[in-house]
Amino acid sequence: MAVTFSLPTVLARLADGQASIAASGDTLGDVVADIAGRYPRLAPRLRDDQGGPYPFVTYYLNDEDIRFRDGFATPVRSGDEITVVAAIAGG
Amino acid sequence: MTTVAVPAPAADARPHAPRPTPLPLACRLCGAPHAPGPIATCEECLGPLEPVYDPGRRLPDAETIAAREHSLWRYREWLPFEGAPALSLDSGFTPLLDAPALARRLGVARVWVKNDAVSHPSLSFKDRVVASALNAALGLGLDTVGCASTGNLANAVAAQAARAGLPAWIFIPHDLELAKVVGTAVYQPHLVRVRGNYDDVNRLCSQVADRYGWGLVNINLRAYYGEGSKTMAFEIAEQLGWRLPTAVVAPMAGGSLLTKLEKGFREFAEAGLVADAAPRLYGAQAAGCAPIVNLVEQGGEHIAPVVPRTIARSLAIGNPADGRVAAAAISASGGSAAAVSETALVDGIRLLAETTGVFTETAGGVTVAAALALAERGTLRPDDELVLCITGNGLKTVEALQGALPDVPTIAPRIRELEALYGRDL
Repeated sequence: MAVTFSLPTVLARLADGQASIAASGDTLGDVVADIAGRYPRLAPRLRDDQGGPYPFVTYYLNDEDIRFRDGFATPVRSGDEITVVAAIAGG
Repeated sequence: MTTVAVPAPAADARPHAPRPTPLPLACRLCGAPHAPGPIATCEECLGPLEPVYDPGRRLPDAETIAAREHSLWRYREWLPFEGAPALSLDSGFTPLLDAPALARRLGVARVWVKNDAVSHPSLSFKDRVVASALNAALGLGLDTVGCASTGNLANAVAAQAARAGLPAWIFIPHDLELAKVVGTAVYQPHLVRVRGNYDDVNRLCSQVADRYGWGLVNINLRAYYGEGSKTMAFEIAEQLGWRLPTAVVAPMAGGSLLTKLEKGFREFAEAGLVADAAPRLYGAQAAGCAPIVNLVEQGGEHIAPVVPRTIARSLAIGNPADGRVAAAAISASGGSAAAVSETALVDGIRLLAETTGVFTETAGGVTVAAALALAERGTLRPDDELVLCITGNGLKTVEALQGALPDVPTIAPRIRELEALYGRDL
């Protein structure tokens, strides 16, 4: 499945300055693995040591926080937009 | 989505005024240093940034502070700037009210109400954090400010930005209480309603700050903004006669206030201004949005976000940025947390009004109701000296009381109608 993966500026600099990246996979975890493999410097800010979401980012699949879905096991469809946002904000 | 028409951006209203210099920042987790700037997350690990104070700076004594102006800037050595503030100079120093009837009800020795329902200029504790954030914006040379808000912050940013002559972009959930919308729109900011809840608004604002570089006070100015909350702790200590209470109950939305209360009490102890043990901290949330209470009660390392379902809109943050730190601060203090029902929070609003003469908004009702719940659990002690942090004004959330108060009779202007209605009660 071809999806769009969007990064905040603080992470885009670890992905050769790209804030929006085309990626693929059947699940969100697959997509993150695809991106992590292509941008090794970015990888540790996408996944923690156990392979789960890095605790200081929040992933949104289209408009939904993936913690309300199945996390990295959430299936993705072609055309989906995945947005990564730094978690420390608001309040 | 609605956008209110806006005047042309103001030219710098203070071209010759001195500007405060915001302090440099460092990551709370990895310690990485960062230059002063509109940035809230560490570029190395994405952890939260905090201002770095010079440990050798000269601190005032109690007598010096007591002689200063009655505003939050009387504690300026603990706020994140070098040089004098230039904006929002008259916020802070709200009353601390003795509440003996509440003390009897809660079964404790003393209760005080820290009454930020009368905060200047916008009737909530958010005036404190916005005062700090706008001075940071000024010092950093930002020409536009804004926020993601559940209402009180919108009011505070709109009011203080208008006074400062700064254009403001303010984003709120689409279904906010009328008074909070009107109390923002009247200042003519760019006000945008976003379909979704606060967490949706917050996500959008993170992207807005990233794209446009504006100073969004609780996003990329968050490191400076949050420090303003410490002044509530400083004022409590000073108004008690340079001592600390034994326990504090505070409402929790993003969790920042509670963490900054802890920091404020600690900083005053480190400065030798108070000698008491740190108070036990108790966090209050509505049961319909209680992710921090859940973490305190169930343990664990991370917040499990929730979809907010409560009339306490100012606390309706399902994914609290400081939730983990707030939970840790509560536990380390020996305190705990309580979640209360919608009915209980309305009763809390009424109880505070009837016993103390303070009309608070829904968040204050949550705080009072949580204190009652803690008392019923036996968590509070008979010798406790307790402070309740009342963070907002009841006139902003009058919808919460619809149907909860007795009907008000209407009579003709005649004595016999009054006597017919009340008879011997007169």
